[in-house]
Amino acid sequence: MTRVRGKVPERGALALRSGVILYALAFVALPLVILVQHGLSDGLAALFDAVRAPVARSALFLTIWTAALTAIVNAVMGTCAAWVLVRYRFPGRGALSSLIDLPFAIPTLVTGIMLVVLFGPQNVLGRSLAGAGFPIAFAPAGIVLALLFVTLPIVVRAVEPVMLELDPAEEEASRTLGASEWTTFRKVVLPALFPAILAGGLQTFARALGEFGSIVVVAGNIPMKTLTAPVHVFGEIESGHSTAAAGISIVLLALVLTLDFTARRLKRKLGGAHA
Amino acid sequence: MSIRVEHLTKRFGAFHAVDDVSFEVEPGELVGLLGPSGGGKSTVLRIIAGLERADEGSVYLDGERVDQIEARERGVGFVFQHYALFRHMSVEKNIAFGLDVQRVSPSESAARVKELLGLMGLTGLEKRYPAQLSGGQRQRVALARALAPKPRLLLLDEPFSAVDARVREELRRWLRRMHDEVHVTSIFVTHDQEEAFALSDRVLLIHKGRLEQAGAPADIFDRPASEFVARFVGDVNILDAVAEKSGVRAGALTIPSEGHAPGEKLSAVVRCYDLKFWQADDGIATVTRVLPLGDRVKVEAKLDDGSAIFAQFPRRSSLLRGVERGVRIQIEVTLARLYPRGAIPGAE
Amino acid sequence: MPEPRHTWTRGRIVLLAVVLAYLGLILVLPLGALVSRAGAGGFKALADVFANPEARRGLVMTIGLAAAALVVNGLFGIAGALVLVRQRFPLRGVVDALVDLPFAISPVMVGLAFLLLFGRGGTFHPLLDAMDWRVVFAFPGVLIATLFVTLPFTLREVAYVLAELGEDEERAAATLGASRWQTFWRVTLPNIRFGLGYGATLTVARALGEFGAVLVLGGAISGRTQTATTFIYTAVEERQESAAYGMALVLALASALLLVLLELFKARVHRQESR
Repeated sequence: MTRVRGKVPERGALALRSGVILYALAFVALPLVILVQHGLSDGLAALFDAVRAPVARSALFLTIWTAALTAIVNAVMGTCAAWVLVRYRFPGRGALSSLIDLPFAIPTLVTGIMLVVLFGPQNVLGRSLAGAGFPIAFAPAGIVLALLFVTLPIVVRAVEPVMLELDPAEEEASRTLGASEWTTFRKVVLPALFPAILAGGLQTFARALGEFGSIVVVAGNIPMKTLTAPVHVFGEIESGHSTAAAGISIVLLALVLTLDFTARRLKRKLGGAHA
Repeated sequence: MSIRVEHLTKRFGAFHAVDDVSFEVEPGELVGLLGPSGGGKSTVLRIIAGLERADEGSVYLDGERVDQIEARERGVGFVFQHYALFRHMSVEKNIAFGLDVQRVSPSESAARVKELLGLMGLTGLEKRYPAQLSGGQRQRVALARALAPKPRLLLLDEPFSAVDARVREELRRWLRRMHDEVHVTSIFVTHDQEEAFALSDRVLLIHKGRLEQAGAPADIFDRPASEFVARFVGDVNILDAVAEKSGVRAGALTIPSEGHAPGEKLSAVVRCYDLKFWQADDGIATVTRVLPLGDRVKVEAKLDDGSAIFAQFPRRSSLLRGVERGVRIQIEVTLARLYPRGAIPGAE
Repeated sequence: MPEPRHTWTRGRIVLLAVVLAYLGLILVLPLGALVSRAGAGGFKALADVFANPEARRGLVMTIGLAAAALVVNGLFGIAGALVLVRQRFPLRGVVDALVDLPFAISPVMVGLAFLLLFGRGGTFHPLLDAMDWRVVFAFPGVLIATLFVTLPFTLREVAYVLAELGEDEERAAATLGASRWQTFWRVTLPNIRFGLGYGATLTVARALGEFGAVLVLGGAISGRTQTATTFIYTAVEERQESAAYGMALVLALASALLLVLLELFKARVHRQESR
């Protein structure tokens, strides 16, 4: 009697599987396929034109550099925060750890409102900063602050589990061999953390590229100045230019998918720390 | 380097991990800290290295008090139980680490690494990563790494417990050979009595944070200072005994002794080869098991009062003639160590 | 167990101070500003929100959407996790990647994609027209948008717990004669309940905060597609600041509550892991 390779799934499991596949395909794949198809419906040339239009180009550029800056800053600060939370003991540590999850819980629009309240022109702080040449609201700085808030937990939570797995004996060995704490961090700890930091950074970048709710109230959405790509797409939709909107969306989507894919590959290699 | 440790004490809450431990180590000595797991020996080692701080007491390296000096400045090499190799660095980078950190010139560093690779039999493995090495190889790398910056003192924390038995034998030989060549003062921690005795110039027995005995292996073996030491070192029988006018009796057994007040309750610790068994129909015990162990034979028997006893003989011993399961035997105790009963709770 | 053997060197204090300063600036300051601004009116701001019929309708809508997302994507999450973790089949990688997409895609693009499917001139529009169903600018639209963005949360958390637990208990149950359903109900479900709770809380938080897709697909029509977040946006556009801040405060308070729940579930999941 020949042996059958692999398990033969029982009917219930098969039904479940089909249901899940169907849901995923219909709900996620289908809309995206339509989006891409629509964006290309006027042809590739029209898409390039839409993307190269001055407003669109500036919006994309703004989105990319603010997202990149956010990714870099939060990669560094997220790692520092994770280090402090994992290695140090101080009163309020637990509360601080919980606080870091706040951006995952709070609506992005509310984040935008908070920033407007804090840095808007009706506020003393906002007015004086603007007067001193560092405007926050209705300026790129506001965009970056919003993005920093919204993406804060990503790197921290990506790095934390890897930090917890570190072998303290390696660091002790480094100490006995004469290395300072900073050298130990640089040569022994950081190489171990690097893939997680990179994955977290890429996810931060991807998330920041698509951010809408927090930016749309605080940025002022001035074309060529503080108009980001997602907000621009929104404007195009409202004006009925759905093809142009879809075209720019395709560019963003391509970027986001590449980043996300790379990050997930890295995380897989690390052993599946959960999002 | 000479080491002096005075009145070292370390507490974790109410628990005394190290309790008033004092000892000295001469330059060039290879000393073994021996004791059951959890007894505090690793803590003593880590305090000497500077990886932990004692609550009381002092450590002197070459006469200099080092309590306030950080680990990285003590010039102490440390070998960890689970190697603690830098997993992201190759073998040669691992070994060179202590030199790189001290800004030794690349050529000097390379020469030293090569020297150590040869000394530890690792030539050809320099580009490999720890994950690609066997346990024995990893531990040799750890040794080489610790030795590279020419430490004045080498500390090893249960260095061979993470490898299997045969590799352990091999590593012990490496360590002894390395010590003979390099002559660096070394202290190693182990719970394996055989290992401690085979390697050390002197052995320090540590139990429940206290130093029970210090001396050359032979001294400890022949003259254990307490019941714990006697139990811990060597395969032993422990019998309840009572002193009588004519000597000491443990049930039907007579034990040679002197100077005990009649009626005194004692524990008799008898090594498995300090006993003689021979087949005798009018004997006082019955053989329950005979176990061949290669070049030795272990004989287990039950005395008439129910208590168990065992002895070991060389395979060809004439005493074994006729000794098999179920036969009656006579027993003679050639040597026993006697301690007041219940004075010290026994070893685990 | 040795005590955390660290001492407060100058470098460590500096690092802690830097991290606290950063978190204070990015997280605490905006939050504090909102609370003080809206709270300046005390309970009045909250009372005003609840007195406002439009605001009430928006809140009810948001709660309804969150509940729907909880149920639908909760069930999908359990089914999907079981299928992805416990089964092997050719499309598994694809489904895995699809499920992660809603994390990364900009909400505005989500809205656009569904617009292109269900809106005028869209792929399914003829069908909808024939059935006299409306999706865009109607409740089904905002429901679909919410379901899309909350798709992965429960699935990811349950999948994580399932992967950590392994199949041993289920196998044991099978040898003791339990049917698949009994095994699921009595063994699997109790084991995943904390992961499920964690994912469910994230789902609700995300549904509460969803803005971009709901705005595009719903049009913020009061009573029909107005959610709490689009209410805030409309209020800001119409310069009704106190209404906007009041609602923002309501949502912030709800998020704080959700955050507490989140941390509770997270702690339970970790405790389960270490057993």
